[in-house]
Amino acid sequence: MLEKIIKKYLRESATFPLPVIADIQRAARSGIYDIRGFGAKRHLPSFDDLVFLGASMSRYPLEGYRERCDTSVTLGTRYAKKPIELKIPITIAGMSFGALSGPAKEALGRGASEVGTSTTTGDGGMTPEERGHSDKLVYQLLPSRYGMNPDDLRKADAIEVVVGQGAKPGGGGMLLGQKISKRVAEMRDLPEGIDQRSACRHPDWTGPDDLAIKIQELREITDWEKPVYIKVGATRTYYDTMLAVKAGADVIVVDGMQGGTAATQDVFIEHVGIPTLPAVRLAVEALKEMDMHRKVQLIVSGGIRSGADVAKALALGADAVSIGVAALIALGDNSPEYDEEYRKLGTAAGYYDDYQDGKDPTGISTQSDELAAKFDPIKGGRRLANYLRVLTLETQTLARACGKSHVHNLDPQDLVALTMEAAAMAKVPLAGTDWIPGKNNL
Amino acid sequence: MMNTIDLENSDVTELNQKLHDVNGTKDKSEWQILNPKGRHNVAVGIDAPLKVKIDGHVGYYCAGMNKHANVTVKGNVGPGVAENMMSGIVHVTGSASQYAGATAHGGLLIIDGDASSRCGISMKGVDILVKGSVGHMSAFMAQSGRLVICGDAGDALGDSLYEAHIYVRGKIASLGADCIEKPIKSKHQKELGKLLKDAGVNDIDVSEFRRYGSARKLYNFDVDNVDVY
Repeated sequence: MLEKIIKKYLRESATFPLPVIADIQRAARSGIYDIRGFGAKRHLPSFDDLVFLGASMSRYPLEGYRERCDTSVTLGTRYAKKPIELKIPITIAGMSFGALSGPAKEALGRGASEVGTSTTTGDGGMTPEERGHSDKLVYQLLPSRYGMNPDDLRKADAIEVVVGQGAKPGGGGMLLGQKISKRVAEMRDLPEGIDQRSACRHPDWTGPDDLAIKIQELREITDWEKPVYIKVGATRTYYDTMLAVKAGADVIVVDGMQGGTAATQDVFIEHVGIPTLPAVRLAVEALKEMDMHRKVQLIVSGGIRSGADVAKALALGADAVSIGVAALIALGDNSPEYDEEYRKLGTAAGYYDDYQDGKDPTGISTQSDELAAKFDPIKGGRRLANYLRVLTLETQTLARACGKSHVHNLDPQDLVALTMEAAAMAKVPLAGTDWIPGKNNL
Repeated sequence: MMNTIDLENSDVTELNQKLHDVNGTKDKSEWQILNPKGRHNVAVGIDAPLKVKIDGHVGYYCAGMNKHANVTVKGNVGPGVAENMMSGIVHVTGSASQYAGATAHGGLLIIDGDASSRCGISMKGVDILVKGSVGHMSAFMAQSGRLVICGDAGDALGDSLYEAHIYVRGKIASLGADCIEKPIKSKHQKELGKLLKDAGVNDIDVSEFRRYGSARKLYNFDVDNVDVY
């Protein structure tokens, strides 16, 4: 009865809705900002605001199950002696052992390898399990340099210099004390149980000119074999892309603000960076301006969920995409089967974002041996492989509908926007018009 | 037998490739590198107990990620000398630019002259001995290992320090957040004495040094420490 009265007669403030009131009260109780995992939760202009113009009278589609639509991608063709050959244009983003459990990392390697793609280490170094289960492994060079060593550098298939990530461009890594187990502490040369806050800047270079020399060092150490990626959080993407090219990147990874994290301040996740949609277009513009499009490959990440997102990112000019949160969901994160256990933690399936707490009932984002043991890496790997296959099939479906024999043949002319914001950000016309806001007149 | 590479006639990649040809072996051969003339990335990624002597000044990241080798630079070094070194010895007879020994996990870095800012930044087990002075923010976020400064230290020494030990003989402009002076016990005198001996410093007594380490107050977030974050 009371609930009915509340719904019918009481008015919630648009300025102070219930979650905002809860945030203010939480802050007043604890004296510390909210730290959480997952990615941005606010509504943002996204690939959902674009649609494909399938073939019709003026375009010729490919037969759905008869005519080949290739999905292979080669990364690192600029300088590396051994570029990475992937069967699908979808890679697994960097997620650390520490943020994730050992079995979860193993599952990522198993799933990615099964479908011929790569996975990526994270802030904490490379584990033998991860290397063992990943056919193609990208080794991240982060500001903290936890676990960084020349042996693992040489074992890697590519090196990713992480300048920033979409969830927190300008911020450093964070792993709270409850997840600094004995093994994690040893890998990072830190005392057990402390809050680990990694630096936001690299310790031995300060700008693109220095970075060019740093990248050259990495190439020298690995005898110029490995592709070197530069990963940036999406902010001043046009200029960052140009500077990354100048610094000598083989591959640029642009992570939009929807990109996930294991632990970051909520205010950072929701209020810093630009969405993935404009970031792709800015990066491609910069590459084209330098005549480097397709010569330096572009990987885009941040909120990629479906084959539609993959196809739209590729149509705007990306060479591949990367997934993080979606991969964890495929492994079982936020699954309804754990709802009862999520509720004991004060949350529910579909809402869980406390990756920083280490109490994940699925055994994915935890360092508790007991919880991690609940996660089956073989089943998890299988689920991820299935999901990656579906993403690929969906991408091919859309590419064939546009008459493309390779997913890279999708282009911006295959797209229109449903909103003015998306039209302006992606620089494709508003549906039913020739209008691209900021480019021409209606 | 002494192998000589003249960088006037050979490039850095050729040099590094030759040094890498014996990576993973116990090769102890001696190498002399002439005319480095400030070139970057000289002798990086060595993984063998080679003895390498570089005659002249070098640029960035000399002896980066060194394992096992004994590298001597007869001159000054640019930024990031011996960055991420794992083991071995790197000896600079001149002075070093920024980030000397950054993130290094092991081995011994000896700098006969001064080191600029951020010496030993984020060090993870290396021993660094600077016979002169160091610049600001040295041992920033230093995790483990020992930094011995025979001269003075600049501002914010040991800021956000973890478990590294810092020994300073001269004056300190200021200590960084969570870095405090600690008493020198006999075990510290012993480790300091060994480091001085290993670096060939025989004319300075351990009693002339003071020890600094982490107050460990910032290890876990506490709202009462908010002013220093």
